[in-house]
Amino acid sequence: MRAEPVLGFFSVGMIAVLAGPVLAGLIGVLLPAFGHFPQAGLTGPTFQPFRDLFDWPGIGPSIRLSVTTGLIATLASLILSLVIVATTQGTRGFAAVQAMLAPLLSVPHAAAAFSLAFLIAPSGFVARALSPWATGWDRPPDVLIVGDPQGFALVAGLVIKEVPFLLLMILAALPQVRPSQTLLSAAALGYGRVSAWFFCVFPNIYRQIRLPIYAVLAFSMSVVDVALILGPTTPSSLSVNIVRWMSDPDISLRTRAAAGAVVQLGLVLSVVAAWWLAERLCAVIGRQVGPSGRRHGWAERIWPIGAFAGMALVVTGVTGAGVLGLWSVAGFWGFPDVLPDGVSLRGWRRHASDLGKALSDTVVIAFLATAAALVLVVSALQSDRPKSARWLVYLPLIIPQTVFLPGLQTLLIGANADRGIGPVIAAHLIFVLPYVYLTLVDPWRAWDSRYASVGAALGRSPMAVLFTLRLPMLLRPVLTAVAVGTAVSVGQYLPTLLIGGGRVSTLTTEALALASGGDRQAIAVFAIMQTLAALAPFAIALGLPALVWRNRRGLSNG
Amino acid sequence: MRFLSLAAALLAPAFASAQALPTDWNAVVDEARGQTVYWNAWGGSTATNDFIAWVGERVQDDYGVTLEHVKLSDTADAVTRVLSEQQAGLTSGGAIDLIWINGANFASMKDAGLLFGPFAESLPNRELVDVEGKTVTTDFTVPVDGMESPWAMAQVVFMYDTADVDGPVGSMAALLEWAMSHPGRFTYPQPPDFLGTTFLKQALVDLADATEVLAQPATDETYADVTAPLWAFLDQLTPHLWRDGRAYPATGPAQMQLIADGEVDIAISFSPGEATTAIANNQLPDTVRTFVLDRGTIGNASFVAIPFNSGATSGAMVVANFLLSPEAQARAQDPAVLGYGTVLNMDALSDTDRAMFEALDLGIATLSPAELGQAIAEPHPSWMTRIAEDWQTRYGVLQ
Repeated sequence: MRAEPVLGFFSVGMIAVLAGPVLAGLIGVLLPAFGHFPQAGLTGPTFQPFRDLFDWPGIGPSIRLSVTTGLIATLASLILSLVIVATTQGTRGFAAVQAMLAPLLSVPHAAAAFSLAFLIAPSGFVARALSPWATGWDRPPDVLIVGDPQGFALVAGLVIKEVPFLLLMILAALPQVRPSQTLLSAAALGYGRVSAWFFCVFPNIYRQIRLPIYAVLAFSMSVVDVALILGPTTPSSLSVNIVRWMSDPDISLRTRAAAGAVVQLGLVLSVVAAWWLAERLCAVIGRQVGPSGRRHGWAERIWPIGAFAGMALVVTGVTGAGVLGLWSVAGFWGFPDVLPDGVSLRGWRRHASDLGKALSDTVVIAFLATAAALVLVVSALQSDRPKSARWLVYLPLIIPQTVFLPGLQTLLIGANADRGIGPVIAAHLIFVLPYVYLTLVDPWRAWDSRYASVGAALGRSPMAVLFTLRLPMLLRPVLTAVAVGTAVSVGQYLPTLLIGGGRVSTLTTEALALASGGDRQAIAVFAIMQTLAALAPFAIALGLPALVWRNRRGLSNG
Repeated sequence: MRFLSLAAALLAPAFASAQALPTDWNAVVDEARGQTVYWNAWGGSTATNDFIAWVGERVQDDYGVTLEHVKLSDTADAVTRVLSEQQAGLTSGGAIDLIWINGANFASMKDAGLLFGPFAESLPNRELVDVEGKTVTTDFTVPVDGMESPWAMAQVVFMYDTADVDGPVGSMAALLEWAMSHPGRFTYPQPPDFLGTTFLKQALVDLADATEVLAQPATDETYADVTAPLWAFLDQLTPHLWRDGRAYPATGPAQMQLIADGEVDIAISFSPGEATTAIANNQLPDTVRTFVLDRGTIGNASFVAIPFNSGATSGAMVVANFLLSPEAQARAQDPAVLGYGTVLNMDALSDTDRAMFEALDLGIATLSPAELGQAIAEPHPSWMTRIAEDWQTRYGVLQ
């Protein structure tokens, strides 16, 4: 496919959208971190903000928390998703995992965190279901589960969301490594399915999912919304404190926030580097163990773990959604009642007008950000630039939000442009674009370009080929990309909060504002709406192609 | 370092306001018609959100003013916003027109010249306000000077579940004793949440020998002396708190949820009617009642203030005035709605308006004004700031 000059311009646009704000945000955070902050009458350079940061009594524990929870969550998510794929590939369980992936993936982080909290708290659904008949509790036990100082609840909340993401990435990489043939060959040599998968398929897969893993690592180390709901508070992880300092009435605290953001960036980069070293080490070990000829029969016995992990994920997701639904219509629901006293739509009626407003803002922002992302991605793919785009696309996913968004906000306030829905849409685009790109790039490249040759031979311009052949044939992946992009936008918390200046409220920001109030019914109502807003596009992506292709079956690709 | 920004703000030239002050109320009402007022108010309580939505409908009907509730998770966010705007040179058309405010936030905005006014004493409904009997002319000892208008009275009460607690606990010393014999059954919101710091102040006032010094700004000498009993009390209390003091509820409503879940039995509240309202909303069991300490509890007023760069000062004043109307005040006091204490002087009201208040059923968990007693004045804001910082160092960092 030849590059169109006009479309090449859009690749530049993509770079501007992705790298521009990240770099601007980094500059906006580096200046105040070194004490240069004219808005507060401070001029640098000085190390005072860093001294101030390290004088803060909670700094040690909050840094340790960020590193441990991020690392454990990433490692656990990776191992679980690998085991799920290795043990279920080629079985019926695999299809079930694939079917559940889209809904699990689309549940916003905050909603997943709420439903987990409602399940596992000492007064949560699990304890209620078992009390008092099995536990003897007629009141909740005084144990610290949600918000434990080690951050295990936070890790669990992250794993629930990161496993589906890594599964999606592994599934996308699988076809290119032809696992069935590999596994058959290995089986003929006497290897069981699991050990064959880890020795022969995994190394090829890993190369392709390395960047997504780094993104998971960076995200887990710097997450804010999940940490606000499930994380410890004495003290909180570093990223939560950065956001808190950013919104302190004492504007000079922003220099401490900026110094914290620089430390956060250093942490993420160091941990990613350490992970990379560990990769090398594992590769060396793997090359020793792999060709040794041993069949590692024990490995086959781990399949129940994979099956159990997959089941646990699905069961947690479904029960969590059910408990959220129940809370949204509950009357008084005391401990240890398994079900509420009564059921009514009072909560829904009460929040109807707020819901409507937040929903319309959410939809407008998600629609415009996703539409812009789609135009940019299709244009860039059409001009078919080399693979360097992959690193670029991962830039906003690997540089933590808490690092460059505060800087971006400071710059926007300086330019008096931090209001209204426009900047929020642009900020969402930074995070929507990578996911749209990643969802669309493989199906796009897999499209048989001989169709285009036929079109060209019949005198059609590349544009005409794009709109009459390629896009209609790729309708299903395009809609999936739109659905993924919408889900990403719906779930964004920090970009909406920081860039919108508090005036733009989406379902996610409303849900998080309510979280501080602890009104479970209100939280449940907003979390459910948030999930529905993210799920609806997936339903459309499934249903629409069938409708469109009813009379044009020849266009359905493959 | 911490107060550099305020110092910088103080050095900035005073701002001249474009809009007229409310001496000519008819002109204010005329100008207000068609304006949109962005009211920044804490959004964590559904009852408050519903009340503000009702105010919005009423001022739309009567005055053609559109009210938008910007829901904050912390009032400090709004102060930051106005401060950033001032620093960016935005002297008109700011993002905020009205703030629900009091205490330290008011003190810092007033000091930094971030407020519009004085306007409060010129509002037509001001003559109904009980300026003698209620603390509406000072806010945490700082003179109000008409820069903010009161709209609700608050007083500390303690909610307790009669299913688990025998009766009222009359002092902080008694509360400590109770907590020691019922480990894990009491907690308070984590400072710097305002209700959490209120608990600390309530403990300070109840434990201190002499409280006169609390009306003055804290100095290094007075601070160490006066707060010593407080830290001794907390050192003893903390190991017996819910979750051994290793975690705290984030806010007042989150703490209230713990009573509903049966996790704790006693919780502090800054609104005498909150328990009754929460029972009506299925957020508390109907066995919850309230009590005050024998030596009395802290009380203060909630105010609304207008930022200096608001583009809708007339609309904001119309809202502030409407909040003082007998209709709005009676609705706010209705425990089925909000359960907030009124700022009005009953003797200044017409017979029909007074009847509206007398007809209110305060509800099963609300104390009568006589039972509540005279509220104790808030300490100077400097006490709260220092106590909250010290709390963080002593109890907010575990490892």
